Order: sequence, then structure tokens, then C-alpha cells
Amino acid sequence: MNTREKILQEVLDSQPDTTPLPDISLFKGGEDDPVQKYMDVFKTIGGEVFLVEDLAAVKTSVHERFDLSKRVVTTVPELSDPFELLSGTVEPRLYDDVELAVIRAHFSVAENGAVWLTDQLMGHRIIPYICQHLAVLVKAESIVPTLHEAYERIGIGDYGFGGFIGGPSKTADIEQALVLGAHGPLSMTVYILKQPFPLSK
Amino acid sequence: MKKEIKKDHADLAEAFIRDEERVDWHDGALWFIREKRDRASKQIPEWEALREAASAVKSNVISNLHAYLLQFEENLIKNGVIVHWADNAEEHNEIVYSILKAKGLNQLVKSKSMLTEECQLNEYLHERGIEVINSDLGEYIQQIDNEPPSHIVLPCIHKRKEEIGELFHTHLGTEKGLSDPTLLTRVARKHLRNVFITRRAALTGVNFAVAETGEYVVCTNEGNADMGAHLSDVQIASMGLEKIVPQKKHLGIFLRLLARSATGQPITIYSSHYRKPRPGQEMHLILVNAGRTNQLKRPDFRDSLKCIKCGACMNTCPVYRKSGGLSYHNTISGPIGAILAPNLDMKKHADLPYASTLCGSCSNVCPVKINIHEQLYKWRQVIVKEGYATQTKALGMKAMAWTFSSPATFTTAGKAGRWFLHNIPFVVNNKFNPWYKQRDMPEGPKESFSEWYEREEKKKEQQHT
Repeated sequence: MNTREKILQEVLDSQPDTTPLPDISLFKGGEDDPVQKYMDVFKTIGGEVFLVEDLAAVKTSVHERFDLSKRVVTTVPELSDPFELLSGTVEPRLYDDVELAVIRAHFSVAENGAVWLTDQLMGHRIIPYICQHLAVLVKAESIVPTLHEAYERIGIGDYGFGGFIGGPSKTADIEQALVLGAHGPLSMTVYILKQPFPLSK
Repeated sequence: MKKEIKKDHADLAEAFIRDEERVDWHDGALWFIREKRDRASKQIPEWEALREAASAVKSNVISNLHAYLLQFEENLIKNGVIVHWADNAEEHNEIVYSILKAKGLNQLVKSKSMLTEECQLNEYLHERGIEVINSDLGEYIQQIDNEPPSHIVLPCIHKRKEEIGELFHTHLGTEKGLSDPTLLTRVARKHLRNVFITRRAALTGVNFAVAETGEYVVCTNEGNADMGAHLSDVQIASMGLEKIVPQKKHLGIFLRLLARSATGQPITIYSSHYRKPRPGQEMHLILVNAGRTNQLKRPDFRDSLKCIKCGACMNTCPVYRKSGGLSYHNTISGPIGAILAPNLDMKKHADLPYASTLCGSCSNVCPVKINIHEQLYKWRQVIVKEGYATQTKALGMKAMAWTFSSPATFTTAGKAGRWFLHNIPFVVNNKFNPWYKQRDMPEGPKESFSEWYEREEKKKEQQHT
């Protein structure tokens, strides 16, 4: 018997009688306005959030808030001028000098401030983690109340990698003192767009 | 290298509590996290129902693990992930080594993984010429100090910032006396970024593994797991068999509970769902038993496999807060460590179930409702029955059993005790009596209740006659 068979046999011999899975369909969010709730929560976790009309407003804000003399990458074709449009095939280590990445998310979650994005929207899997500053665009209408609605929306999904990102990277490993910017981005900005714009499928 | 540990929890705790100022600070720091957990949980009206559901999902996993493991494996393979099975630490370490060797790699960057700590992977690889760097800041600090983590979520919670500054001065060449947490973190960020960029192999732990889809979820606040994994050519994940959840929708329950229970955050900053290797990358997953099937066999203790490693039981435990994680001489410390460790080695960890007041606070905060304090109590009974209790404890219990065995011995023993406490207190108030440490013995009543009752009855009789 090889290791795999040995372990599986031991599991089969030791596991107790089957108990049923609970019905979790009743878990869902409350009546709160998801956009307002999202903005409130995201601020408390160290993020910055702006409710804007359209992509033009995003462009203006990005120009005001970030150092654009450094490398800025995006996956949003409308922003590709003046930013560099991301290509997923490049060797990931070459993104080490990215100052700002502006990417889209599929949706975000009001109860915890997280955005959901898959590798289809990241340009490259490393982008939202390696950049010094991260800016994410979400449609206002796409914000869901809790993670239960989030997973309902994701379904089985068709991605190689997907992640919730809920703020700038952080650590409190030294004496419980909160420090923003551990290994990932030092800051995270979310732009909530009131007007529909071409997002993912 | 880890030293052979012979001291038990009480000895190690005694060393920790010598520095009273540090104990008070440690106690306060952990209680602060417990309070954050309370505030976060109270914002969710359905919190208790969520705990109940999480516990029920995990019961289902434990009772159907065989089928879920097969389903998970099948989906992993479909997704292009290479699956390995390891029955113990040695097999696990060999697998990691062979993966690296096949690629000619001698460096590995690792994100937080209690399992690989448990397996002593770093030591194993080091002996074979492979350098491992722990990338979680707390674990990195513990690694350069040659110490294991003292807490599963906050690996260096027992260290003061000045001590960390001193370590950075020695190992990273920072200015002497630098102790500002932000500045120290920036130094580590710069140093470890270079590590991420130059390593070709990365290893992560696993928080949840979804049988339905074959994906696994890794949660970090620092982003270190993602930095390592997405920059690597070879990505390895190590997981204990118990990390399975049946369906993707169950992640909603566990991710809502995990960070709120751990640190009071609404969600961990990064909850990454790994499913397929990126083009050109190799992805391996190692399913590790290392005692899980033994625990599954024990009806009284198998629920400990529900643990999602949030650390809430540690933060709330009065014994943990005042004795420090390292006093548990086990990778996983605190109340949950004390019920997991005896399963692995009952003799070595016979002291741990006694490192508790059985107050039950751990069970009350546990997000998956493990009856931790009841299991601690049950382990004590198993340990005594199997003959692993220390001699003092075994003798004490025998003496107690004899004393309580008849009313006559009980009365005599009570009289003797009171007489000693009143007349020659130094017989009990000395260092040979473990109860006297950090305590004064009580003064002791002049007479027992029975004696008082007898006297009163006699008085009444005399009055009546």
C-alpha cells in the first residue's frame, strides 16, 4: 500500500457517521445602502475611497494624487493613454518598479471593504501585490452586502487565480503597532463609478 | 537548531513571569486583541448562527473526509496541480526537497505555515544545503532570532520593539537603537522584496481547500504569500488533511469568521484563491497526515480538527496571556495547542492539558465551537490513565483518592491540615509545595463544618436537658 492509499484507508476507517451539511441560504446582508456601507468600512481599514461619475473623473483624481513620473500600469484601455497597458505574458519580476497600478475589479463587498478580482482583470497575477500603490475601479451597482452574496456571484468561476483584496497590505507584528505597507502596496484607493463603464464579462 | 526541550510548561512559564513588566504588557497586548474580536463580532447580528454553521460544516467534513479528499485531489489534477501525499513530517520534507532538487534550486521563500513549522522543514532543508527564508514579518523576526513562533497569528508577540531593533541591527545592519515599528517594517520590506524577486521557488500554507473546485485559499495581511507565489517558477502548498471545505459557498462563512476572530478585522487583507498554475509555472500541493488520522480516531478529541487557526483561544486564555506561547514548547501553543499536541506525543506533551484553569473562555470565543476546555479536562484523564502524569501529580491524586475514600480518613486529614496551617505553617508554606509558589496558603479555619455542627448540636442538647 502506498502512502496515499494508507492515508485514505485510515481516514475511511476513522471517520465518524456522516452528519448533514447545514442550510446556509438564510445568511445574507441587511438593509444598509451597500455603497455607503462600503465606503464607511473601507476607510476604517486604511483605504481611500472616492465615489466618482466616470472614467474621466478617475483620470483627474489619479493625476492629482500620484507621482506619475514613475511607472504606472493599467488594464483599462481607456486609461492606456498616458499609462502603460499591461500585458500578461511578461516575466513577473519585471514589474518590481511599478509605482501605481490602476485595475478593475469584478465587484466589491460592503461588509468588509474587499474587492474581488481574478487574473483576467489583473493583467498579471503579481500586479495588485507588487505595485507600491493600488487603485481599483468598481461599478457602484456591483457592490454586494456580504461574502455570501459575493460567493453566489462568483459561482464556480473560471479563473486560474482570484483574490479578495481588502485594503493596503499591513502588519502589526512589531508590538501590535499597525503599519500600512508590509510587503504589498503601501496604499489602496477604490474608485466607485456611478456611471456604467465597460467592465469584465 | 531547536534544542532538546526537557522543561515543562510550568518551568518555562516561571522563566517568562520573572519579568513582571513584560508579563503585564504581554497580557494587555493580547487582551486588546480579544477586545477587538468582541467589537468585530458584535457588529454581525448573526454571529452565533455563523459559528454554529461553521461548526456543522466542519462536522460534515470530518465525517465525510475520505470522499472530500478524493474529490479535491481529482479537481487539483484537472486544474494542472501536481498532488503529493505525506504520512508524516519526514515524508513531507522529503517531497519538498525532491521538488527543489529536480529543479536544481537551493533557495526557498516561505509564507506562514504552522504545518511546516510542525514538520521542522527549515531545519531539514538547511541540513541539505537549502536556504529557507520566512517572509511573514513576525516569522522572519523569529527566524533570525532562532526561535519558533510564540503565537500562530502573531509569531513574535512576546518580543519588545527594542529587542527587534537589536536583531535588525545585527542581521540587517540597521542603526543601533532603532526601534520604531514603521521604520523597522520598511527595512524588512526592502530586504524581503529582494528575496521575493530573486527566489524561484515559493511555499505557502493553506487556510481552506475547496473539494468542489480543487482551489485553495491562503490568507495574509502582509501580501507575502502572493509576492512569493506569483513571482515563483515553482509554487508549493502544504496542507493538513483537515483543511477541506466541501463547497465554495462555505468560504463565505469561514472568511467572515476568521479575521474577525483573529484580529478583529472584517476580512484578512488578502484572501487568495489559487486554482491553476500560471502559464510556465509548476504548482504542487502536498496533503499531509502527520497525526490527523489518529486524532480522527478519538471520538472525544476529533473535533479539534475543526480548528481554523485564528488564535482567538490564545488571546483570551488567562494562562497563555501570562505564560507566553514559548512555554508550551509546541508549534501550536495556547488552549488549542494543548489539545492538539498530546495526540502527536502524549508523553512529551503530558503537561499541556494542565496549563489551563478550565475557565472555558477558549470554547466561548472559538469560531468553530470546539469544546476546548472539555477536551483539556478529558486529556488530563487520559494522560493519568496512560501513566504519563508527572509523579507529583500522580502521587497527589492517589493521596486525594485515599483521603476521600472514607469519612474517617477525610476527617483526620482535615484536622491535620488545619493543625499544620495554624501551628507550623512552614511545613506547607515552602518551595516543595507547588501550590505555595506565587501564593500564600490560607490561614485555615479553626474547626471544620462537621466539628462546628457537632458542637452546636451538643449545645442545643445541653440547653434542652
